[in-house]
This record gives sequence, structure tokens and C-alpha cells, in this order.
Amino acid sequence: MADNSQNDAYWSANLRIIKISLVIWAIVSFGFGILLRPMLSGIAVGGTDLGFWFAQQGSIIVFLILIFNYAMRMNKLDRDHGVDEE
Amino acid sequence: MDQFTINLLFVGASFALYIGIAIWARAGSTSEFYAAGRGVHPVTNGMATAADWMSAASFISMAGLIAFTGYDNSSFLMGWTGGYVLLALLLAPYLRKFGKFTVSEFIGDRFYSQTARIVAVVCLIVASTTYVIGQMTGVGVAFGRFLEVDNTTGLFIGAAVVFAYAVFGGMKGVTYTQVAQYCVLITAYTIPAIFISLQLTGNPIPALGLFGEHAASGEPLLAKLDAIVTELGFNEYTAHHADTFNMVLFTLSLMIGTAGLPHVIMRFFTVPKVSDARWSAGWTLVFIALLYLTAPAVGAMARLNISEMMWPNGGVNGEAVTVQQIENEDRYDWMKTWQKTGLLNWEDKNGDGKIQYYNDKSAAMQEMAAEKGWTGNELTKFNRDILVLANPEIANLPGWVIGLVAAGGLAAALSTAAGLLLAISSAVSHDLIKGAINPQISEKGELMSARVAMAVAIVVATYLGLNPPGFAAQTVALAFGLAAASIFPALMMGIFSTKVNNTGAVAGMIAGITVTLIYIFLHKGWFFIPGTNSFSDADPLLGTVKSTSFGAIGAAINFAVAYTVSGMTKPLPAEIKALVESVRVPRGAGAAQNK
Repeated sequence: MADNSQNDAYWSANLRIIKISLVIWAIVSFGFGILLRPMLSGIAVGGTDLGFWFAQQGSIIVFLILIFNYAMRMNKLDRDHGVDEE
Repeated sequence: MDQFTINLLFVGASFALYIGIAIWARAGSTSEFYAAGRGVHPVTNGMATAADWMSAASFISMAGLIAFTGYDNSSFLMGWTGGYVLLALLLAPYLRKFGKFTVSEFIGDRFYSQTARIVAVVCLIVASTTYVIGQMTGVGVAFGRFLEVDNTTGLFIGAAVVFAYAVFGGMKGVTYTQVAQYCVLITAYTIPAIFISLQLTGNPIPALGLFGEHAASGEPLLAKLDAIVTELGFNEYTAHHADTFNMVLFTLSLMIGTAGLPHVIMRFFTVPKVSDARWSAGWTLVFIALLYLTAPAVGAMARLNISEMMWPNGGVNGEAVTVQQIENEDRYDWMKTWQKTGLLNWEDKNGDGKIQYYNDKSAAMQEMAAEKGWTGNELTKFNRDILVLANPEIANLPGWVIGLVAAGGLAAALSTAAGLLLAISSAVSHDLIKGAINPQISEKGELMSARVAMAVAIVVATYLGLNPPGFAAQTVALAFGLAAASIFPALMMGIFSTKVNNTGAVAGMIAGITVTLIYIFLHKGWFFIPGTNSFSDADPLLGTVKSTSFGAIGAAINFAVAYTVSGMTKPLPAEIKALVESVRVPRGAGAAQNK
């Protein structure tokens, strides 16, 4: 069993990955998809603009990347900190 | 063979498939029945979870809501997928590590309080019942069309089938039945979309066709659609008209609601390892995304097809479709079949023998109507929930595609409705009656109370489904708001905070769900009974915040109350702190599983 300081380091590394991921999560959906859409209106995508694409497709694709990226990083982090399941 | 027989064949064959798999899998092993998913590969589990999750709201209702509103309803797309990011990052791996089987057990143990467990159960029942009402709306539409009866009769027949399906029940727990349901559902959704995308854009992938070129005019599809709908006096499809604050709140409510719904979270309790819980969330979203990337294309293309059909000769400046055409031409057959359900109707108000479809609330159109002698929009009723099911008929696709879509719609609605009824009945009989009110209850008594709870739930849902608080997806959105305001914050604080204690969690959940429920009832009627509302979502109580968007505010209230009350009461006992520490690291999860 890993000692407490080891667990603390593991937990704060986890929190860091979560924070970065959630910032991206919010930027692509609430940001590009809704609030920042006017800023992206100059970029044309198939008869409309980039913000529309993010709202109806782009954000879903980014969500997928975020989850798989998180799973990969965390599974590595588990091993690095010796807290993975045998 | 007529369409009715084809539909019957497809629906019958798909049911035979599910039952066949259930019998085969049950014969294979009985423990599989209880621990669906244990030892099942994350990809398979992801597919089964996707089937569990995608209901009448996703399959039947969502594309129709997008079709008639356009960009403003993108919230459904982002909200119902973005929630999986929260689930994967904030809940699934830790709840898997905890190793119990239900959400209320985690809340009861983590907040070392029987009261917390019961409050969680009540919140789950409230959210799930609202969810079932939405499903019943979808079931009514699907059965109405498929049996060619009116919507109310369809709803009653559907309710009986759902009840039988839920009592038969066990099939719900078998992962491979759900895999089969997913396959039926996704095939039924994508095949007509592929056909229609090919017809309109020449691109076989609907998601690409949506941003592609409209083959007939050479313009981009969305530009063409924008042009047509504005010509008819409607809002531009791709433009942002909705209130931005409400749209953000609504999207957020759907996201956190997704991460707070028990029947989805439960799926992650039973994967073999913590690392699998993370992968599993990703695979679930892959399978959901296949439908969600197709849905906006279905919506946009259907809107274009319908608009062109109503104005077959050169748009609004040409001639509207004639009553005679609707009566006699094959391509208008879908209008006659859907008219039977009572969900679609038209009326030649000005008696010119034509059906003018336009936005009679637009000032410019009123002027034009006065000039041309129109007396209002003559496509008098077009229920949003029929769009997906009517879509293959609108595009004049072969009969087998229409049959396939009927089977898919029923698979989506029935599997989720039955699953929710099972969840409600076990929450009442196991968690509430056996867990709290009468621990001495016999096994027979427990089973009996489960049945009674299920019957009561379906009667309530059917009654309210007759006059639903909204289209299927909107009612389901209310259920998400309730889950967002109650369960998600409790789970998240249980994992990420060592400050929130029993009293805080209980106060938070009660505050969150009560305020949200009151806000919903004020706008949708008390207990959803029509006419008892004091406000409407057109002019909500709080600025622009609609009742469907209130879940996010409810969640914020839950967090705030929980932290404040915890700060004023006794801190956590050491053993609960240790429990939180252990939930945070994956090592040792195997032991927890075999409790």
C-alpha cells in the first residue's frame, strides 16, 4: 500500500488533469458553441459558421477525445504511483 | 404487402430477437442476470449502456425539436453528450472503486446516514417518474403510428406492453439483449438518414452531408435551408435567436443531469476494474455519438424536405400544395397516415383548394397573406415528436426502412421505460420499504410491493402522458433537471470533499430538489396537472430561466446549502475520511467487488 504523501501526489495530479479537461470541455461547448460563437462567425463551415459546427458536432467529438485521453493518462498515472489494480 | 404488415413483421422480429437472446443468455448463466456487465468487455458494456441511455427522447423526439428550432436546440446535443465527460472524470471510477451496487447505497454509506439514503431514494423516484412520463409520450406516438390508431389509444396499448415488458423484466439485466437493442436502434436511425443524405447531398455520411452541398441547387445545404425557412417567415435555421443565458443554463442542466441519473451510473458499478470504468464511459459515448452526430442532419434534412413538399412549385412565390395532391399523390401518403394519429393535421381555411404552410406570426408574412388572400397557416398541427418516425415516409423511402424505424423507435422507448420502472419498483420495495419502513418484510411481501409500485408508476405516467408537460425530450429534460439538482451534487461532494457531512448532504439534497420541483410545478402545473400552473415558460418567473433550465440552479443551491450546513455542524468522523481516501485510489478495488 502506498503511503499518504504518495496518495496525495497522485490525487493532486488527478485533480490537475480533471481541471484542464473541464476547462476544454467548457470552452468547446459553452464557449465556441454558444457564448463565443459571434467571434467565430467569420470562419465559414459548410453554409454556416464554426460556432454552429461546434454546437452540433465539434463539441461531441472533443468530448470523446477528452474521455479517452483521461482514461489513458489516469491508467498511466495509476501505474506510476503504484495504485493501479493488479 | 402493405405497410402495416411490414411494420408488424419488423417489430415482431426485433422482439423475437430480444426474447431469444434473453432466453439463451439466461440458460447460459443465472449470475449474469444480476451482475450484468461484470466480466463484460468495456466495449460491450459501452454498447449496452448506450442502449439503456438512449430513449424515446433521443430517438423519437430530439431531431424533431432541432428540426423546427434549428441552432437554438443544440443544447440537447451538447447537454446529453457533455454529461459523459463529467461522469467519466468525476464519478464513474470512484463509484466503481466503492464497489456497492446502487447510488443510494453510496450516498447512505458516505454520509453515514440512513436519512441521506432515504432522501436519495426519494430523489431518484421523483426524477425517474418524470423520466417515464416523457417515455410514455414517445411510446404513445410510436404505437399510434405503428398500429394506425389515434395517439391516446396508442398510449394505452403502449402502457400495457411496457408493463408486461417490465414484469417480464429480467431481459433488462442481460447485457447482450441490450447490445441487440442498440444494434436495432442505431441501424434504424442511421439507414434512413443515409438514404436521405444521399438524396439531398450525394454524401452517404449524414453528419458530413449536413455541412455539404445541396445537390439540386449547388448551394451549401444549410444555406439552402436558411433561405427556404426565412422565405416562409420562420427564424433562420442556423442563427442564434434563443436567450443566451437560458441556453447555457439548459445545456448545463442536461449535462449534470446525465451524470446524476441512477440507471446510467449503475452500469459503471459492475465493470471488472476501475480502469475499465473510465474506458467504458468513453465507449458509451462513442456509441451514443453515432446517433447524436446523425440527429442534427436528420433534423435539418427533414425540415428542408417538408418545406419543399408544402411548396412544390417554386417556393412561397409559387403555388402551395393542393388538397387534391395530398389526397391523391403517393408521396403525400405519410400525411394521411399521420393524420390518423391526431398528431398531424391541415385545414384549407381560405377554401382555395391549397394548403399554405407559413409562419402566420411574422409581420411580413401577414402582409403577404393579406395580399394573396391567405387566412393563416393551414398546416395546423405538426407534432414535433412525429418527425423521426415520419421521416422515411416523407423522403419516400422503401417500406422496409419504415418498418425498421418503427422497430427502432419501440426498442428505444420500451427498453428505457421498462428499465426505469424496474428501477422505481426496486427503489420503493428494496430501499424504501425493506431498507427503512419495515425491515422484517418477507421476500414475498417485498416482491408484491415491487409489483404494486410498478403498477402505480405506470398508471401515473400514463395519466400524465395523456397531457404531457411537453414533447418527449422536453419532459425528459425536466427529469434531468431534477437529477441534476439532487443526486449529482451529493455524489460529487461525497468524492471530492472531506468537509461535507451527513447533515450538510441531506440539507443540500432536500433544498436542491424542493426548489427545483417547485419551480417546475409553478411553470408546468402542480404534479404536472394541466392548468394548475401560475407561470409559463414563455414568460418565466425568474427573468429568462425556463423550468427545463432550472436544474443547474438547483444544483448550485444544493452545493451551497450542503457546504454552509456542514460548516456549522460536526466534522466528518475519521473512518468516513478514510473511506473517501480509499475511494480516490483504484488499488484494492477487486476486493470491494467481491464483498
